[in-house]
Amino acid sequence: MNITKTRLAFQVFFVGLFLFLAFVTAFDRLKGFPVSLFLELDPLVGIGTSLTTHSLYRGLLWALPVVLLTLVLGRVFCGWVCPFGAIHHLIGWLSVRRSSPQQQVEGNRYRRINAFKYYLLVAFGAAALLGTLQIGLLDPIVTFYRSLSTAVWPTVDQATGSIFLRPPAYRLSWVFGSLFGLLLVLNVGWPRFFCRVLCPLGALMGLLGRFAWWRIDRDPAKCTDCDLCLKACEGAADPQSHLRKAECFVCMNCLNDCQYGAISFRFLPSVTREVAHPDLRRRHVLLGALAGVLFYPLSRASGELTKNFDKAVIRPPGSLAEPEFLARCTKCEQCLRVCPTNVLQPTLFEAGLEGFWTPVMNNRMGYCELNCVLCGQVCPTGAIERISLDRKLGLGEYRDRPIKVGTAFFDRGRCLPWAMDTHCVVCEEVCPTSPKAIFTRPVEVVSRNGTTLTLKQPYVDLERCTGCGICEYACPVKDLAGVRVTAIGETRSADRTLLLN
Amino acid sequence: MSRVRSRREALRTLAFAAPGAFAAGSSLLATGLGQSSPPPDLAVIHGADAGAATRQAVAALGGMRRFVSRGDVVFVKPNIGWARVPAQAANTHPEVVRAVVELCYEAGAKLVKVADHTLDLAERCYRRSGIQAAAERAGASVELAEPSRFRVMPLRGEAIAEWEVYAGAIEADRLINVPIVKHHSLCRLTAGMKNWFGLLGGQRDRLHDRIHAAIVDLAQFFGPDLIVLDATRILVRNGPQGGSLSDVRLADTVAAGTDQVAIDALAADLLDMPPGEVEYVRTADVRGLGSMRLDRLRVLRRDL
Repeated sequence: MNITKTRLAFQVFFVGLFLFLAFVTAFDRLKGFPVSLFLELDPLVGIGTSLTTHSLYRGLLWALPVVLLTLVLGRVFCGWVCPFGAIHHLIGWLSVRRSSPQQQVEGNRYRRINAFKYYLLVAFGAAALLGTLQIGLLDPIVTFYRSLSTAVWPTVDQATGSIFLRPPAYRLSWVFGSLFGLLLVLNVGWPRFFCRVLCPLGALMGLLGRFAWWRIDRDPAKCTDCDLCLKACEGAADPQSHLRKAECFVCMNCLNDCQYGAISFRFLPSVTREVAHPDLRRRHVLLGALAGVLFYPLSRASGELTKNFDKAVIRPPGSLAEPEFLARCTKCEQCLRVCPTNVLQPTLFEAGLEGFWTPVMNNRMGYCELNCVLCGQVCPTGAIERISLDRKLGLGEYRDRPIKVGTAFFDRGRCLPWAMDTHCVVCEEVCPTSPKAIFTRPVEVVSRNGTTLTLKQPYVDLERCTGCGICEYACPVKDLAGVRVTAIGETRSADRTLLLN
Repeated sequence: MSRVRSRREALRTLAFAAPGAFAAGSSLLATGLGQSSPPPDLAVIHGADAGAATRQAVAALGGMRRFVSRGDVVFVKPNIGWARVPAQAANTHPEVVRAVVELCYEAGAKLVKVADHTLDLAERCYRRSGIQAAAERAGASVELAEPSRFRVMPLRGEAIAEWEVYAGAIEADRLINVPIVKHHSLCRLTAGMKNWFGLLGGQRDRLHDRIHAAIVDLAQFFGPDLIVLDATRILVRNGPQGGSLSDVRLADTVAAGTDQVAIDALAADLLDMPPGEVEYVRTADVRGLGSMRLDRLRVLRRDL
């Protein structure tokens, strides 16, 4: 069996595994599957969160074997493991397989722009050093996961009705879908555009891969300079000349395509025939670093983390205080996918530029289910802590200290018993705390036609309300509910609580 | 009664009206009531074993064969509205549901279906309540009330002209209501008649505006063949979903009957409210759906 077929088998396996794990990231399918496996293997997630938090969360040490593998063998992750890379590989192959060998060769020549990913990495790294995690915007595993969760599965379900009992909807799902589609389509005419030009994880591995002991080597004595080794060179790594170690995905296609046996995969070949370092311009590196350094103060200058925090930034239960949350959230949207009620939605700019695409609760879409802590169970980085039900509900050792994500407020101009002489109190009925956080007072009113009416008018008990939002969700006044939850009163940050205890 | 009566049902109603028909009921003999006395309006069985109490209550009414014939498809409607465990008394006791399903099969039912349009997430309610497991153990088909299974039906009631109703319940030959007794924030009481909300689709919260009239409309529309009331434990506060064990009072009681108003009157009594103070019970009595006068009904009370 030749080596590229073996690689193909690996790619198929890992894409299958990835899709499977992404698919079972749902509350009725979760069971005990290690759904965060790929995110935990991803060194960019591990290193990124270590930079922002000076700690390493739970499974993120799994990235260490990947780092070691890269140090020894180069970017094998890109060519053999990465499921997003494999999808790009497939589309690139589909788009060129009818082209002439010459055209294929030209599509795989190295271009200066391919170094762009290193500058992106530098920018993300500089931002991470200052405490803001943005790698998730382009990390391949995160991007693939996010696209599947917010766009691909919901779209497939809309078309076929085959995935969900209650189809979820996500804010601006079409944007996630279009960006995903764009990244895939770019492979046509520019094979593996994402991997070669944008991928910050690839850039990180390129930097690590410079030490690799094994690499592709060309024997100049046998080489006829036909350039056919470039025909399917996934990384555009110049195997026909001095191999660009940092660009090579170790896909082994060149071994197959060379008809003269000039190419081999060897242990410590001559350093005179390689370019170990990425092709970087100092000025661009500095520019990248500057962008990263400026991103941090610029994004915080608008005050969303301090006095201008948005009432709609209602974070899932177990979320860390906002700055720590932002230092950890990769925007992978696994929590959105696993949430059984669809309450979790991606932000735009409510949580500031930094908090773009992070999860918040929209109580028109759903509510926070009382006996559910799934979002924290799947969070790969601990932005949402893995909390127990006791802790969420304030039972056992957490007695009377439940987690509050916000507070409900009645809008007396829109609440039916308050404003419209109409019986209702659906909110009280669904309020899940015991005793209920919503209580009523009977009021006698003389209605417009002169009859006397006893109405139950609802109130919120500040001590009991956890901000779960089921009152807002169930309120018959659907478009702008008569009771609405805002973020104030959340227990995760001392400066946003309302009560002393 | 808008539900179309099957020919079999009509014939059997006639048969029951005919004198001497009861003499044929062997299960009736087994209860020791004698051949001539008609079954009680309500059978109230007191005892800690929920399953046994259920069986005795139905037996006291003449046995399940009075309500279910060979080959019938039976729809059993417990309250599975909330993702609460049995001890929290927000849903019908799973053993009561199980006993009802078993009795249906023993009476010759072809298929027994169990479903509820829950308020919390259905899968969680079904599981946490223990009802899915218990009913399936007894051989029932436990269905999720999927949106596609609701059909707009003419209710022609005072408050509800038409509404989306769960098709599985309308299509069945027999309908058995298996509610639990609970305090309810808006209605004061929820038991049998209020339990029909769980067979409605659409935007149910709209009904809260005229909830009492709506409940009576539903009771009139659904007209069950039998009601088995679970009062093994009752929710006395923070209804209808409770959440704390301090809201629960043990009553160790299961009751059965065919009069929806009487059953709810009994439920009110168990919650220490005069039935006439619950507006929909009073309205149903006035509209002639049944009687809330427990003192005038034949109520059989017995310990296990």
